[in-house]
Order: sequence, then structure tokens, then C-alpha cells
Amino acid sequence: MDFYSILFWVLSAMAVGSALGVILSRNPVNSVLFLILTFFSISGHYILMNAQFLAVVNIIVYAGAIMVLFLFVIMLMNLNADVEPQKGQLVQLAGVISGGVLFLVILAALRSAKVESMETKSTDIGLIANLGKVLFTRYVLPFEISSVLFLSAMIGAVVIGKKENLPAA
Amino acid sequence: MPVNSSHYLFLSLLLFAIGIMGTLTRRNAVIIFMCIELMLNAVNLLLVAFSKMYGDVDAQLFVFFIMVVAAAEVAVGLAVIVMMYRKVHSVDINILNRLKH
Repeated sequence: MDFYSILFWVLSAMAVGSALGVILSRNPVNSVLFLILTFFSISGHYILMNAQFLAVVNIIVYAGAIMVLFLFVIMLMNLNADVEPQKGQLVQLAGVISGGVLFLVILAALRSAKVESMETKSTDIGLIANLGKVLFTRYVLPFEISSVLFLSAMIGAVVIGKKENLPAA
Repeated sequence: MPVNSSHYLFLSLLLFAIGIMGTLTRRNAVIIFMCIELMLNAVNLLLVAFSKMYGDVDAQLFVFFIMVVAAAEVAVGLAVIVMMYRKVHSVDINILNRLKH
């Protein structure tokens, strides 16, 4: 067992364990912290696959920005384990069974998929220089359109979150 | 056993299934939203693994654009959840069943 495999299994166990913690913990704040741990282990997988730019962006955008937003909302609403709504046992069992059945079906379908070793290919495609070159030549139009998407999302969030009983300006 | 692409396939499939289970079993709207983020990340992981497997840059840029869309989606979605909390003083999704009647 080489170093790569050991790191892979450790990071995978961390990702799956903390993902289970997200859906099993009663306190929403604990769920957010477990999700941040999941994102960090997924970033570790990115580094393992030499996708360094995506690893850094994953930590900055997901663990840094999005999860802080989640934590702010949870603290704003003062959610904790006491007010946490619970579904009935039967509904929970049905949810777990249907998720597990989906897992089994795709597992059975992909069991005979083509297996290719990860270590044979050249590995410098995840560096920021190569990604930037492709992003600003072939994908420059989607990149610009995504800025419009961000602007509309920002305006939409402000409009939705505005208090309604303000006098119309 | 050396790590190959099917390991990443099954890891991201497992993370996706956990996200689905969380979405189906929880009633807190914020937790459901977080499980959707978990599913997005599982797909991102698989895309990066395929990018490594085929030596292709495009998949990593798709991951980048998925992150962009997810950030915009979280901003709007959390605004909707905050608005819902302001109306009904709860994030329980079982309250929102008026379309049923």
C-alpha cells in the first residue's frame, strides 16, 4: 500500500464519516461544522489529484463563504437541537431505503465500468496557468455570462430579503 | 490495491446517496439545503476524477462553473429561507403544504 492509497482511504473515510454526521446530528450548527469537514476532505482529494486551483477555490468559496453564510443564517434564526423538527420513524426509514436503493442500482450499473489507473496520465492540467488559459480563450463567454448571473442573484437576494412593510420609495 | 478511477466513482456515488438520504429524512429547510450542497460536491469530485483520468481540462472548468452557480444559488436560497422564517417563524418544511389543499 503506497502513500497515495493511504491518503485516499483516510480522506475518503473522513469525507463519508462527516457526511453521515451532517445528516445524523440533531444540532444544525454541528451539521454545518461536519459539512465544512466534508468540504476540507474533498479539497484534500483535489490536491491528491493535483487539481490545486480547484482545491483552493473549494476551500475559499465553499468552506469560507458559503458555510459562513449558512452559519450566519442558523445563528440569526437561533436554531438548536430543541426546536429541530423530526420526521416520523417510517418516513425516515423510507428515505434511507430509497437513498440506499439508488446507491445500489447505480453501483450495480457501474460495477463493470472501465477501470483506468489514475497515475498514468500527465498531471499538470489542474494548475492555475493551464486552467486560466482555457478559461479566457474557449470559455470566455460563459465566464462573462456568469458575472451577469452573480449580479442577478445579488439583486434577487436583496429584493427577496427586503422587509415588505417599508413605504414604497 | 492501487487507487483507480472506480474508487472515486464509488466514493462520489456514496456521498451523493448520503445527500439524497439527508434530503429525504430531514425536515429542517437549512439542512436540506446543505444536503443539496453535499450532492453538488459529490458531482464535482467525480468530474475532477474524470478530468484526471482522461487528462482533460474542460471538466475542471465545469467544476469551476458549478461552484459559481452554487454560490449564486446559496445566496438566493438562503434569502428565501430567511423570508420564510420571517413569515411563519419556523424552518419546518411540513408547514409549507398549502398547495396540497
